[in-house]
Amino acid sequence: MSQAEAATAGPAGSSEPEVVVEVRDLRVTFQGRVGFFEGLRGRKGTVSRAVDGVSFELRRGEVMALAGESGCGKTTMARAIMGLQPVDGGEILYEGKLLPRDLKPYRREVQMVFQDPTGTLNPRQTIYEIIAEGLRIHGIDRGPDDEPEEQLVARALSRAGLRPPERFFLRYPHELSGGQRQRVVIAGALVLEPEVIVADEPVSNLDASVRGEILQLLMKLRDDLHLTIIIVTHDLGLAWTVADRVAIMYLGRIVEIGPAEDVLLRPEHPYTKALLDVVPEAGGLDRPILTGEPPDPTRIPPGCRFHPRCPVVVSGRAAELGIEDRCRTEDLALQDVAPGHAAACYEAFARHGLEATAAG
Amino acid sequence: MNDVLRLDDVHITYHTSTGGVPAVRGVDMTVRKGEVVGLAGESGCGKSTIAGAILRLLPSKTKIEGTITLDGENVLEMKPGRLRAVRWTGASIIFQGAMHALNPVKRVGDQIAEAIVVHQQSAEKEARVRVGSLLEQVGLPSRRMRDYPHELSGGQKQRVMIAMALACSPSLVIADEPTTALDVMVQAQVLRLMKELQRELGLSMIFITHDLSVLVETSDRLAIMYAGKIVEEGPADKVFHSPQHPYTEALAAAFPEIGDDRFRGKPLGLGGDPPDPADVPSGCSFHPRCPKAFEDCPTIEPDLYPAGEGRRAACLLVPAAKERAGAHP
Repeated sequence: MSQAEAATAGPAGSSEPEVVVEVRDLRVTFQGRVGFFEGLRGRKGTVSRAVDGVSFELRRGEVMALAGESGCGKTTMARAIMGLQPVDGGEILYEGKLLPRDLKPYRREVQMVFQDPTGTLNPRQTIYEIIAEGLRIHGIDRGPDDEPEEQLVARALSRAGLRPPERFFLRYPHELSGGQRQRVVIAGALVLEPEVIVADEPVSNLDASVRGEILQLLMKLRDDLHLTIIIVTHDLGLAWTVADRVAIMYLGRIVEIGPAEDVLLRPEHPYTKALLDVVPEAGGLDRPILTGEPPDPTRIPPGCRFHPRCPVVVSGRAAELGIEDRCRTEDLALQDVAPGHAAACYEAFARHGLEATAAG
Repeated sequence: MNDVLRLDDVHITYHTSTGGVPAVRGVDMTVRKGEVVGLAGESGCGKSTIAGAILRLLPSKTKIEGTITLDGENVLEMKPGRLRAVRWTGASIIFQGAMHALNPVKRVGDQIAEAIVVHQQSAEKEARVRVGSLLEQVGLPSRRMRDYPHELSGGQKQRVMIAMALACSPSLVIADEPTTALDVMVQAQVLRLMKELQRELGLSMIFITHDLSVLVETSDRLAIMYAGKIVEEGPADKVFHSPQHPYTEALAAAFPEIGDDRFRGKPLGLGGDPPDPADVPSGCSFHPRCPKAFEDCPTIEPDLYPAGEGRRAACLLVPAAKERAGAHP
């Protein structure tokens, strides 16, 4: 039983918050290119397994942080949820139904906020045009209460904290500050009244003192509009500040997922612990730091994919526990170690007296 | 003399088609031998401009006033020949974005050797030996000197940049956002390396970044800049954990400690944006965004007042500021 199923089943099923998006065993691969002559000789490019069997669910009104090093697949995952990335396997369900072939209605419900507001906004469009474009693409000329387009645009801007909205209608992106631009991007997402927002590193390009305001805005939108938000981030401090649940990704898999307090304060997976140790002000410079570069998704190790860098294996503790062989050879799936808190680690299973299940 | 670097009342004005833009507006700063000073602030606050001014790397029409004394010599009065000698040997700089600072068509070893040959007039052969030991010092096998930059990862390139900065044993190393482009794990590795080298070689350093949590790990003292001025300075740990200036407080809050309940579910932020250097607010330049501003703030420009042991803060709410205001009503 996957962690996702475990959460939906159970006796308290009816009081559990409703699942908005469910991802089942999602896989995305990228085919590497080869040179022309190598291609003639029949050489194939290496395959990069960017997302390699991810399952989780998103509950209505929650903020979930998806964290990990670069190359762990977190952005690919976010793009796949958006329907921007063709998938090679697995399923995405929205409100209990498989995504239809025509993604347009779905894309209205699930909106993305990208990392770099300057690169996202068309420099030659006014703010009004930028916001109204989404409405026009979806053929919306009147709001649910028969409001005209202008009123819908004004409402989105003002929800994103750009007030009075009329002052921004005729301005161009270059006239705004970084924080204001990111608000425009958020307003562009809000104008379609989505249910879910996927925010890919929404504040990493902003000045430190401006970040808090943008995060406050996302929290407020969640409370006021009951939005569901996925935040893709490499910053666990940010996850601590805003997320209800945190999922840690490593080499295309979720290796730990659960309530933010559990994952960040009582981490079960050695990789989560390593990430927490390098958060600067934790005094991490005097603690062990994982050696090596971020792992390469074209060469995923057998067994637990973290084992070549895992302190439990490297220190010999895995051998003492008699799990080292399994760490090196047997792939494993996420399993609940506490209610709602799942990890994929033989050492954690041993501590909790659990039997490992093979990766599905 | 124990000061490696001294800045006295430095003003730096960029020349633009629409007139001068004051990027740095009166900064005093010292770096003692073996000390690491962290310079923090947001984009446009003038922190990288100061780094550029120390090595005279700013555009030629930029106006620099005040004095910058490096090893007892005023950098601003140096002749071009002397200046070239001082760069790399007197002070060197590790730039942000190591990815783009290396020449892509030259082997990294040759790039490091070039600095040694040019500045220390040593023979190619000696330089090569030195390059090998430098690379090993920064944790790369010496055979990697034959690699081209594209053969190295981001973290390895940044290590090469560090080796290059150390090549001529300078008295001061300036690190300008040395880890911002790196991944979290690699950032920690590079920071640890820099800290070890600093201790081992007794380097004097200026460490520039917007990330206060990185600075508190690496620096002895911290100087916080806002709109071209230092608004708070003091021992790194004290400034980070008990800020005296509301701006420092806000900056520190952007890097919350995991497990600290004050931040859980409550991102703290400032309203507004960092000011445009061409249009700095009157009085205390921070007052339009300051949650503690009162009626004097828009009109009185605060000095850096003493604020506890070895600390100074430019805020009218610091007790010393109130005393002074009381003495001269």
